[in-house]
Amino acid sequence: MSTPAEEAKPLAKKKKKVPFDYSPYIRGGKLPHIWCPGCGHGIVLKSLLRAVHASGTSQNDVAMVSGIGCSSRTPGYVDFNTLHTLHGRAITYATGLKMANPKLKVLVITGDGDALAIGGNHFIHACRRNLDLTILVYNNFTYGMTSGQTSPTTTQGKISTTGRHGNIDPPFDTCTLAKAAGATYVARGTAYHFQELEKIIFDAFMHKGTSVVDIIDACPTYYGKYNKYASATDMMEQLEKDGTVSVKQAEKLTPEELEGKLLRGVLHRSERPEYSEEYGKLVTSLQSKK
Amino acid sequence: MAVVEKEKRIFRIEIDPRLCKACVICVDFCPTDVLMINGNTVAVKNLDACNGCQLCDNRCPDFAIQVFEE
Ligand SMILES: Cc1ncc(C[n+]2csc(CCOP(=O)(O)OP(=O)(O)O)c2C)c(N)n1
Ligand code: SF4
Ligand code: SF4
Ligand code: SF4
Repeated sequence: MSTPAEEAKPLAKKKKKVPFDYSPYIRGGKLPHIWCPGCGHGIVLKSLLRAVHASGTSQNDVAMVSGIGCSSRTPGYVDFNTLHTLHGRAITYATGLKMANPKLKVLVITGDGDALAIGGNHFIHACRRNLDLTILVYNNFTYGMTSGQTSPTTTQGKISTTGRHGNIDPPFDTCTLAKAAGATYVARGTAYHFQELEKIIFDAFMHKGTSVVDIIDACPTYYGKYNKYASATDMMEQLEKDGTVSVKQAEKLTPEELEGKLLRGVLHRSERPEYSEEYGKLVTSLQSKK
Repeated sequence: MAVVEKEKRIFRIEIDPRLCKACVICVDFCPTDVLMINGNTVAVKNLDACNGCQLCDNRCPDFAIQVFEE
C-alpha cells in the first residue's frame, strides 16, 4: 500500500532550478576581484562559499586567515571575520586566533608558495599539533603574484620565471607531507571538479583537528603562458581533469597508468586529540590546583 | 499511440558585464553551445539550447553568470 506522500508525488511540480546566491557572503562593492581572466582562485572560492553555507555555520563564527599571494587575497572579498597577514605566516596567526577563541571555525587560505616554501615550517608543525584548522592550499604550481617563479609544487620539467630551462627540483606532494606531519584529514580536489571540491571542503571544515586540502587550480597568466597551455580551459582539462585520478579510479589502474597523476579525494583520515581542547584541559587542571 | 510531449523547460541567463572577464571558460564547457564571446563579455547566442545544467555558473571564476529557470 502506498503512503499518502507517495501518492502525492506525481502531482508535485518538479522544483525549479535556482542558482546559488553568493551575495550574502561577498563584501558589498568588492567585486570584480583582482584575479586575472580564467584564474582558478575564483572557482575555488565559490566551492568554498557553498561548503560553508551547507555547514550552516554563522558568518560571525567563521574566521578566514591568509598569507600573501594571489590566493591570499581571498579574505578581502568575503564577509567573514578576516585576517590578511604576512607571507608564509597565515598558519601562525590562525593558531593564535584559534587558541584565543576556540569556538571560531578557522579557515586558512594559502598558496603553494605561501604554505610550502616560506611557510613550510609552520605548515608541518600545525599538522603535528592537530590544531583544529582547515588549511586550504590553492595549488597552481607557481608563485602567481610575483609573476610565475618555481614553487615547491612545480612539476619537474615545467618552465617558470626562475626556471627558464625546465624545473629540475622534485616537487612536494602537499598531501603526503601533511599526512606524514600528522594532519588528521587530508584530501585533494580541483577547481574543475567543483562539486566534489565543495563536498571535500565541507568535510574538512566539519572535521575536528588539522585538515589540509590540496586544491589544484590554474594560473593561466604565468604557469599557463610559460608552459604553452592554450587557455584557462585547456589548463583545467590537462592539469585538473586528466592530471588527477580519484582514489576509486586509481584502484583499477596499474602503477604505470598512475605515473604523473595526482590522487583526488580523501587520502587520509584519523582521530587524535585536538590541540586547543588539550590546552583547555591543561588550563583547567592547573586552575583547580590553585 | 499517444505522444507525450516533455514539458519544455525555459531558462533565463543573467550575465553581469561589469564582472565578466571574457575568460571563455563558460563558453568552452557549455555542453550545448549556448554562449559566445562578444567583445569584452560573454553573450547568449542560443538560449533555446540551454538545459539549465549551471556548469557555466559553477566554473565561472568571476561571479558573472547565473542561470534561472522560468
Ligand atoms: C617575506 C616575503 N617574501 C617574499 C614576498 C614576495 N611574494 C609575494 S606573494 C609570493 C608568492 C605567492 O605564491 P603563492 O603562495 O603560491 O600564491 P599565488 O600567488 O600563486 O596564489 C611571494 C614570493 C613577500 N611578499 N614577503
Ligand atoms: S597571476 Fe596567476 S594566480 Fe595570480 S591572479 Fe593571475 S592567474 Fe591567478
Ligand atoms: S546552464 Fe548549462 S546549458 Fe545553459 S548556458 Fe550554462 S552551461 Fe550552457
Ligand atoms: S566564465 Fe565567467 S568571466 Fe569567464 S567568460 Fe564566462 S561569464 Fe565571463
